[in-house]
Amino acid sequence: MTLIAARGLGVRYGAMVALRDVAFSIEPGEIVTLVGPNGSGKSSLVRALLGVIRPSEGQVTRRAGLRIGYVPQRLAVDDRMPLSVARFLSLPDRRGRAEIAAMLAHVGVPGLEGRQMTALSGGQFQRVLLARALLAEPELLILDEATQGLDQPGTASFYQLVEDVRRETGAGILMVSHDLHVVMAASDRVICLNGHICCQGQPHVVTAAPEYRALFGLGTQGTMALYQHAHDHDHDACAHDHDHDDGHVAHKEPAHAG
Amino acid sequence: MLDDFLVRAALAGLAVAIAAGPLGSFVVWRRMAYFGEATAHAAILGVALALGFQISLFAGTLATALAMALTVTALAGRGLAIDTALGVLAHGALAIGLVAVSFLPSVRVDLSAYLFGDILAVGRGQLASIWAGALCVLALLLWRWSALLTVTVSEDLAKASGLDPERERLVLTVALALVVAVALQVVGALLIVAMLIIPAAAARPLARSPEEMALLATALAALSALGGLWGSLTFDTPAGPSIVVAATALFALSRLAPRRA
Repeated sequence: MTLIAARGLGVRYGAMVALRDVAFSIEPGEIVTLVGPNGSGKSSLVRALLGVIRPSEGQVTRRAGLRIGYVPQRLAVDDRMPLSVARFLSLPDRRGRAEIAAMLAHVGVPGLEGRQMTALSGGQFQRVLLARALLAEPELLILDEATQGLDQPGTASFYQLVEDVRRETGAGILMVSHDLHVVMAASDRVICLNGHICCQGQPHVVTAAPEYRALFGLGTQGTMALYQHAHDHDHDACAHDHDHDDGHVAHKEPAHAG
Repeated sequence: MLDDFLVRAALAGLAVAIAAGPLGSFVVWRRMAYFGEATAHAAILGVALALGFQISLFAGTLATALAMALTVTALAGRGLAIDTALGVLAHGALAIGLVAVSFLPSVRVDLSAYLFGDILAVGRGQLASIWAGALCVLALLLWRWSALLTVTVSEDLAKASGLDPERERLVLTVALALVVAVALQVVGALLIVAMLIIPAAAARPLARSPEEMALLATALAALSALGGLWGSLTFDTPAGPSIVVAATALFALSRLAPRRA
């Protein structure tokens, strides 16, 4: 049963059209990745799905009582409020001490309960955000540029974690990124956004689409091939070259779009 | 016991403390100081209306404070340059209130009582309404505590958790208007925000959780009220400002304490 669906969705800020005519849906157990350059409306789409902003056209329908876990792009936690990790994880619903400890260990940052949120490193912070989202036992997990501040091994293990969540809980997952590497590796479906949906489909279909190439160029295709298999390995090991279907082998830094 | 004006004054001060401690923490966390100023200054207009139409002072100030707080919330929701808008509203409301009071014909109004408070003149009836208002604020905040904290940390996260940020903002708006009505007679319109911000700011370095900060702020506000009252009697100084001086002294002391978190 469809978790969340958008139909004819449009978002406007004053006269500026951020999104138009967006239609898609997410099913349980599906990993959908949203890619697009800066200003392509990725965050607007996420905020419309969350209900933070009201769409100016069309609508978003959610399955009744849908539990959403949300990992935002960034969260400004400042020094004015004393807030420990454990307290943060109990917002808004109280979580048991054992539950919190287990979840922090699960996301790879055990023992951080007593640490203040302002004292966390970027990577720890993102993992704590993920822990909070997972504690809600989400049926839909939304990750908005969730790997910001993570190094490459950290990013890889983060996505491994997301993959595990899908396998263990059957949650639907929506990931947003303007980074093309790694993100697409585990996706079942990629949606390429640029104010509207340019193209969507399985990763290899989308990366071959002319609309996608027009936005991101051809260079990224090779890195795709490199990273598509990176998950099969321990993240400490170097990713080897793999001859992918496309026959591309890349030895270059991952391209950043946007 | 309630016959003693000093006991009534002390009880009024404590009532303000139990409301101002937790609400003041939110004012600090959410940077609502200017919002508080606008709401508090609107109370002077409420004083003019209450005296002019001979309705209860509490009701008059509550009504104008609420109207101002709702106006500001609506403006903020529309994304206006809020800092400037608040500046206009805060000082506009104060000036309009002062002019309106001057129009009152027969009444000789002691304005300083409303600007700086007149805690020593609190009567039994007023004491009852002050406590009722303060307990309302406390109950409101306790009821919505977890939701309010979540919305304060992040409206997007709150929304994803199924909370309604607009509703929680309304809770704070109503609580703020109530505190203004409660505190008007105790510290006066000009110093209400001081009672919200200073104890909470003083509590910050000593606290490790939002709850600790709110409780400490309440305790420090109570200490300020009693200390200020004592100072006022000892040194024959005006009570409202003396209370704020005591709070400021506690704030200065708290800066010396080693920061816990």
